[in-house]
Amino acid sequence: MAYTKAKIKDLVDGKIDRDTLHSMLSTPKDRERFQIYLEILQEQVDWDDPIILPLGPKLYIVQRQSDRKWMIRSQAGYDFCEWNQNWKLHARIRVRQTAAQMEELYPRLMAPSPEWQVVREYFCPLSGDLLDVEAPTPWYPVIHDFEPDIDTFYRDWLDLPVPERA
Amino acid sequence: MNMQAKVDTGGIVRGGETLKQHRDRLMEATKRTKHYAGLDRLELRDSDPIKYNKLFSRLRAGVVDARETAKKIAASPIVEQEGELCFTLYNAAGDSILTSTGIIIHVGTMGAAIKYMIENGWEHNPGIRDKDIFCNNDSLIGNVHPCDIHTIVPIFHEGELIGWVGGVTHVIDTGSVGPGSMSTGQVQRFGDGYSITCRKIGENDTLFRDWLHESQRMVRTTRYWMLDERTRVAGCHMIRDLVQEVIADEGIEAYWKFAYESVEHGRIGLQARIKAMTVPGKYRQVGFVDVPYAHDDVRVPSDFAKVDTIMHTPSEITIRGDGTWRLDFEGSSRWGWHTYNAHQVSFTSGIWVMMTQSLIPTEMINDGAAYGTEFRLPKGTWMNPDDRRVAFSYSWHFLVSSWTALWRGLSRAYFGRGYLEEVNAGNANTSNWLQGGGFNQYDEIHAVNSFECAANGVGASAHADGISHAAAVWNPEGDMGDMEIWELAEPLVYLGRQIKASSGGAGKYRGGCGFESLRMVWNAKDWTMFFMGNGHISSDWGLMGGYPAASGYRFEAHDTRLKEIIAQGGEIPHGGDTDPENPTWEAMLPDARIKRDKQAITTEAMFKDYDLYLNYMRGGPGFGDPLDREPQKVADDVNGGYLLPRFADSVYAVILSDAGDGMKGVDLAATEARRRAIRKQRLAESVPTQEWMAAERQRILAKDAGVHVQQMFAASFKLGPRFERQFRDFWNLPADWKLMEADLPIPSYGREYSMDISELPDVHTVQFVEE
Repeated sequence: MAYTKAKIKDLVDGKIDRDTLHSMLSTPKDRERFQIYLEILQEQVDWDDPIILPLGPKLYIVQRQSDRKWMIRSQAGYDFCEWNQNWKLHARIRVRQTAAQMEELYPRLMAPSPEWQVVREYFCPLSGDLLDVEAPTPWYPVIHDFEPDIDTFYRDWLDLPVPERA
Repeated sequence: MNMQAKVDTGGIVRGGETLKQHRDRLMEATKRTKHYAGLDRLELRDSDPIKYNKLFSRLRAGVVDARETAKKIAASPIVEQEGELCFTLYNAAGDSILTSTGIIIHVGTMGAAIKYMIENGWEHNPGIRDKDIFCNNDSLIGNVHPCDIHTIVPIFHEGELIGWVGGVTHVIDTGSVGPGSMSTGQVQRFGDGYSITCRKIGENDTLFRDWLHESQRMVRTTRYWMLDERTRVAGCHMIRDLVQEVIADEGIEAYWKFAYESVEHGRIGLQARIKAMTVPGKYRQVGFVDVPYAHDDVRVPSDFAKVDTIMHTPSEITIRGDGTWRLDFEGSSRWGWHTYNAHQVSFTSGIWVMMTQSLIPTEMINDGAAYGTEFRLPKGTWMNPDDRRVAFSYSWHFLVSSWTALWRGLSRAYFGRGYLEEVNAGNANTSNWLQGGGFNQYDEIHAVNSFECAANGVGASAHADGISHAAAVWNPEGDMGDMEIWELAEPLVYLGRQIKASSGGAGKYRGGCGFESLRMVWNAKDWTMFFMGNGHISSDWGLMGGYPAASGYRFEAHDTRLKEIIAQGGEIPHGGDTDPENPTWEAMLPDARIKRDKQAITTEAMFKDYDLYLNYMRGGPGFGDPLDREPQKVADDVNGGYLLPRFADSVYAVILSDAGDGMKGVDLAATEARRRAIRKQRLAESVPTQEWMAAERQRILAKDAGVHVQQMFAASFKLGPRFERQFRDFWNLPADWKLMEADLPIPSYGREYSMDISELPDVHTVQFVEE
């Protein structure tokens, strides 16, 4: 089933109506969603470099027009690293590892015990947007959570030209 | 490939093969051709699609109908209220064709039992005949935990076996060391309760008398046990009759083809959905849960089990260009001396329960999806143990916590493609489990296992909050049950049931909140209860800036003097433990002995009338930065009891205003200013990740972490050399840095010595995954 750009924008904005949502959940997926989705997101950012793949509400893989490099970029425009690297290693981090820090998020007793689990917040260095939260044990390596195979996705799954990559 | 063998070799399967020959032939063809049973084309489906779909629709409707009808036989609220049952139809080789609604993890587990019978010569001894009845709950051959009891009935047509039907219910008690179906006191299988290995328990549609006498005295809750069994038998017989009717109408040839083509159809369907919904690539995530056994209130028989440990499961999902996928769990923890171990089949089969809620939301749930997936579970891990002593009674403790990580991986794919409606930040840790037993209000030996946590909070999506007090990952149709029914089943009066504020993870879209029930013991004798849930660790993480759900704690009160307080008309605890940081109940119970702490797993403690027990159901994780949450929604959460007011500011930077009638509104200007300030504060309080890594590396070099953390890494290094290599590379550790369990100041029995069930004489286990 196909949906109008307006309906998909409603979904992106968290305002989708229940009937359309039900159709989206219960009928075969609309293959063209991806391109419409990219258009909507592109209109919402302040930069012109084309979005190749969204990684989060405020995080994208983009094709940087100046050098054709694929970069991981925040909504605020911070380029963390190239698309196949772990962007979190280039972010700013705050680690909640005391009871007092945990109790800013949870009532006492409902917070994780910091000697068992910490909360790691990854921020955009420009805006302070919270882009990801990890909640592992102490010592845990920073997870490289997603390595997309964009070439196959565009070329073989969507029949789209793969954007140029320097 | 012709499903029917041409040569009669004296076996019972249609066409004359033995069950073993039949399965071997199918598996060889599957391996050789990469199509289930070698079916590179679906002859019936392609030549007569209407008949194919008619067969599917009629069988599926009949299987669901059998479940809905049979569950009314059960007296146990777990089955009748919560719907903890499922019926599945299998082909002759034990591969599922289709299943009912309910606890569909058992698509795989009952199939594993059938395959075990096939591989171990049940055909010849004890024999498999029309109208036989078999029972199984053996977790060493694939069951989730012993309280899931399988009834398995072969289906014959004109004297030849053409398939099987299985029914499962979750029973209230299995006669384990402690009462309740998922008890904590035992640390080995031998304390897990009654264990039955594919035993023939009846013939000519009649249960054997020795079985009835033995089985009812092996458990505490006899009446529930027997009615549950009648539920399963009735459902199986309804489905057997249905198959015979369908064959009479459509012909055996069509049914026979359908029984195999549907599995291949399921396999192809999964591949198509993966291509339609995801993005190829690699996805990595990890799950944890706490096993806090060093505490005094965990009383287990073995000193070597009295240790705090952390269960750990990293996972890597690889989605390939052809739509196939592989799930690798290298680095997972070793099995342990607790009841949270799982069999490879329950671990993998349960993942299908998740997938039916997003990736394959079709009615055609069968073994095709399993054949379309490569799993790697290293042998010796908690979900693929290599020791026949392991206990399983609450395998869900880590199943739910390890699987929740997979939602994050899949949701990255859904988010990338714009299918925001499918995004799910994760599932709640489905606890607490209120369990216990003694003599109940009817003066009978009893056990309780409240299934209120079939209604936990759901993880947030990318377009909406998670649903509150709504669902459990293991039963897509879970229900918290009516209080009145629980009060009939348990000698525990409700003093309250309310939303658990701040239990859902924060986010632009927050996780659904759980709820809490305050129970007062009433009319119980010689009564015990215990807690079972996560406490020190929140098992989910949140997604893309969302926070994990809150973790667990316990509240119990003894010697409350509530009888006198009630007689005097005094104030008593009721409702919920709204803000555990500022508790109010203690002041109402000045002389009570209260336990309020993070020890969310305990073993049997004595309770008497007027004692209190708080049953707190967990919330789900959040999605997106909480500072992007619409401010009015934060006020609505406070007004609705979903969020404690102080977190409006500290988490969401929303400044509440007085909206009259005791309700809160939003001061938008102040909120905008506060959000700007918080963003600046985040930057001021954070450091570049590389800088933090340098400091954390020093802690690792100095072995600066709790023993339980060190034990977790050491055990994972031993079973997961690749995990250790990656850890060492990430932290750039010198070669002389070693972390060995043997060097830690806690026992690690099972570290070097283990003995698998397959080492027993004349036992042929079935391997379903790469090890």
